[in-house]
Amino acid sequence: MADTETTEPKYVVDSLISEDIDEYLKQHEHKTMLRFITCGSVDDGKSTLIGRLLYDSKMIFEDQLDALSADSKKVGTQGQEIDFALLVDGLAAEREQGITIDVAYRFFNTEKRKFIVADCPGHEQYTRNMVTGASTADLAVILIDARKGVLVQTRRHSYICHLLGVKNIVLAVNKMDLVDYQQDVFDKIVADYTEFANSIGIESFTAMPISGFKGDNITKHSENTPWYEGPTLVDHLETVEVLSSVDAEKPFRMPVQWVNRPNLDFRGFSGLIATGEVRPGDKVRVLPSGKTSTVSKIVTFDGELEEAGAGQSVTICFDDEIDCSRGSVISVADNPPQTADQFEATLVWMADEAMVPGRAYWLKLGTQMVSATVAEPKYEINVNTMDELAAKTLELNAIGVAEITTDKQVVFEPYVENRALGGFILIDKMTNATVAAGMLNFSLRRSQNVHWQALDIGRKQHAALKNQQPAVLWFTGLSGSGKSTIANLVEKKLHRMNRHTFLLDGDNVRHGLNKDLGFTEADRIENIRRVGEVSKLMADAGLIVITAFISPFQADREMVRSMLPEGEFFEVFIDTPLKVAEARDVKGLYKKARAGELKNFTGIDSPYEAPRSPEIRIDTTKLSPEEAANLIVDTLLGDA
Amino acid sequence: MKTLTHLERLEAESIHIIREVVAEAERPVMLYSVGKDSAVMLHLARKAFYPSPPPFPLLHVDTTWKFQAMYELRDKMAEMSGMDLLVYHNPEAQEKGINPFDHGSLHTDMWKTEGLKQALDKYGFDAAFGGARRDEEKSRAKERIFSFRTQSHGWDPKNQRPELWNIYNAKKAKGESIRVFPISNWTELDVWQYIHLNDIPIVPLYFAEERPTVERDGMLVMVDDDRFPLKEGEKPVMRSVRFRTLGCYPLTGAVESTAKTLPEVIQETLLTTTSERQGRAIDKDSGGAGMEVKKQQGYF
Repeated sequence: MADTETTEPKYVVDSLISEDIDEYLKQHEHKTMLRFITCGSVDDGKSTLIGRLLYDSKMIFEDQLDALSADSKKVGTQGQEIDFALLVDGLAAEREQGITIDVAYRFFNTEKRKFIVADCPGHEQYTRNMVTGASTADLAVILIDARKGVLVQTRRHSYICHLLGVKNIVLAVNKMDLVDYQQDVFDKIVADYTEFANSIGIESFTAMPISGFKGDNITKHSENTPWYEGPTLVDHLETVEVLSSVDAEKPFRMPVQWVNRPNLDFRGFSGLIATGEVRPGDKVRVLPSGKTSTVSKIVTFDGELEEAGAGQSVTICFDDEIDCSRGSVISVADNPPQTADQFEATLVWMADEAMVPGRAYWLKLGTQMVSATVAEPKYEINVNTMDELAAKTLELNAIGVAEITTDKQVVFEPYVENRALGGFILIDKMTNATVAAGMLNFSLRRSQNVHWQALDIGRKQHAALKNQQPAVLWFTGLSGSGKSTIANLVEKKLHRMNRHTFLLDGDNVRHGLNKDLGFTEADRIENIRRVGEVSKLMADAGLIVITAFISPFQADREMVRSMLPEGEFFEVFIDTPLKVAEARDVKGLYKKARAGELKNFTGIDSPYEAPRSPEIRIDTTKLSPEEAANLIVDTLLGDA
Repeated sequence: MKTLTHLERLEAESIHIIREVVAEAERPVMLYSVGKDSAVMLHLARKAFYPSPPPFPLLHVDTTWKFQAMYELRDKMAEMSGMDLLVYHNPEAQEKGINPFDHGSLHTDMWKTEGLKQALDKYGFDAAFGGARRDEEKSRAKERIFSFRTQSHGWDPKNQRPELWNIYNAKKAKGESIRVFPISNWTELDVWQYIHLNDIPIVPLYFAEERPTVERDGMLVMVDDDRFPLKEGEKPVMRSVRFRTLGCYPLTGAVESTAKTLPEVIQETLLTTTSERQGRAIDKDSGGAGMEVKKQQGYF
């Protein structure tokens, strides 16, 4: 068996560095860049392959190598040989467990390209990590252990890469040395994979027999596989088309990041061009406003540009002053992207806390940030079998399809057409964690057909006639904290002062408007949403609205706050310790909850999220209901 | 249009990151250490906002023990970029006269690690740009571009936010802050080549020159000022040396070299067989996990 380990790598032209550094630098300057992801589990030899690529491209220094051979003896799995895997397994916690947990990025060069490798773990519990790595990849290397063939995980990895729109797929049949480099083993695996790939819509892939450990067909055609005539792994990586070249051929779109206004004479819009090309003189359209203008110049630190394209960060100036700001998208005038506020999307859930249908999350797409709610999933996808399963929610690492509603129009394109205008993240409003990655599939027709009716008599006129400032006093607090009692007193006082008011009480609303809702988390959110919408209508009518609901979740209260003009929402926190409320137990509910007869009872087996900065906080252990009501009325009317 | 080169893509990505921070953070700052990575980062910031100056200040967490040539370039670059320069000295370290000769690792802890936390708290910065790269060290390979710090500046490697596409989540609670690494995806060679192509000013110490040095624990140390306590019989010797990284002069090892131009420096860098951070003492504590432990404690 020929030993391919000792062959001279083609990566770094050592002689050129020492003989003609200027020539070498010129070569390096013109290299393109390819980002790829490697998918496989520990046993597939993924880390070994990456370690090999780094080692062969001289990206490993002597001191690192010394540390490595010491480490190899200590924790290595390859006996006395150098364990390449140790080069790439980073954080202390995972080194102890012997697995890679997170996404790590590695770098190496060949004569033609610079490479960034996203190294992701392969187990199902790390689906989110793989999705992260695939989101920026031009290409995916799917590793298969030649002894095992196409496994469930191979299907999962391929599906995820395909879902994230990775067009170039390499099927690397690894550990060929352990099956004596037999062609029929390789052919069988390729045939199995072809059948699967076709079934999920992967149009093409490149298969190659390799050994990361021995170095076969990595940089040099292996003498062990004379029957293989395709490219080596590195040859293929060096020549495959990169994403930014594909994006440059699409229609022009640039999400605006920042408005550059150093003085009154200059107003430019800065951003990273997502797709297409732009030149001075081009007619452009700004979305969502739809206004058109002409590009006057493309400004950069290194001078004005005659043209700019996908992947470049530039600043664009217009001929005239039109409305454009962060979140706007500048597009070619005659072929703009769509806008909508209801979508179908595919979601990958990334947080330990499961998705809550109906809850408001931040949705960030490009430079747009809006509030969004996710409906109960239409289905969840079993990532191993691709079956569609019924689901009420999405848990960590689950992938599913659901409808999304945003509070503002979003400029978008389907993810399959444009990653930059179709990919988004969801952010939890309480913890600020990134909880999901999403891909917009299409907008729902109904959002395009329901238009807002402009009315002549508006909220201003309604309020003026009543001679008062509309407001919503949103009471929140535990059951038995005294919300209803104090709310009643507040309404009486305001009424006596000739104020037009309306009190919405939790129990009463559930007898009518919301009688179809139960007490699951989703139903409780919908309950609050509807009450919020009703409150908003009443405030539009000029009323002072008082609501008394437990409303235990901060995110839901914030949702209502965001529906109203600034300054009209007063969060009134009736702060009664659980002990005190439970001791009062006016309706006997705590007793039932403690006995297990009432499920999801706030304070007992369902959390209460206290307001972080309420407009008014009432400490009922210090104030009487009468004193509390006075304080609230004074604060509302600005006398406090 | 031609395919973008790797440096063009890296530049565009870094500029995008810097602009995102400015658009979403309340009070950003750029940590400026005067080294070559800082030089590139500052240059990218100037490109990101041209013709405006970068809309944030530069912060130098100083130890008073940097090379004189670094202080000179620092002041020159602040003026050239039109940015405010804030220099912070940990008052406690100053009062106690903490120095690299007598206090060992306490010197770095107090001046740099503690000094940085104090400075960020003092000015209320909620986002700080740093010039770290993923290729520098193993634990950095997994750090995010937007890296979150708790109110006490701690870093939890197990609880990092996923970063998808080029969408960054900059939301945070009051008191929390983000460290942002715009040149995460650059390698040492990329940095050098970018400096070369863009003619970015760097500290002359990166180039070989005859300098007064003494040999200490197998390391060549430059005698940069008269605070250097020479041992009995010890005499500075003029040697042709340069520096691969820059820090406090008594802690930074020089290498013997004749590389006087950038291409020569790059050539030497590529042909060398030891990694860049090796000249620094900091990574060697507590085995392979040295940097990871330091970061959890709040080291940048």
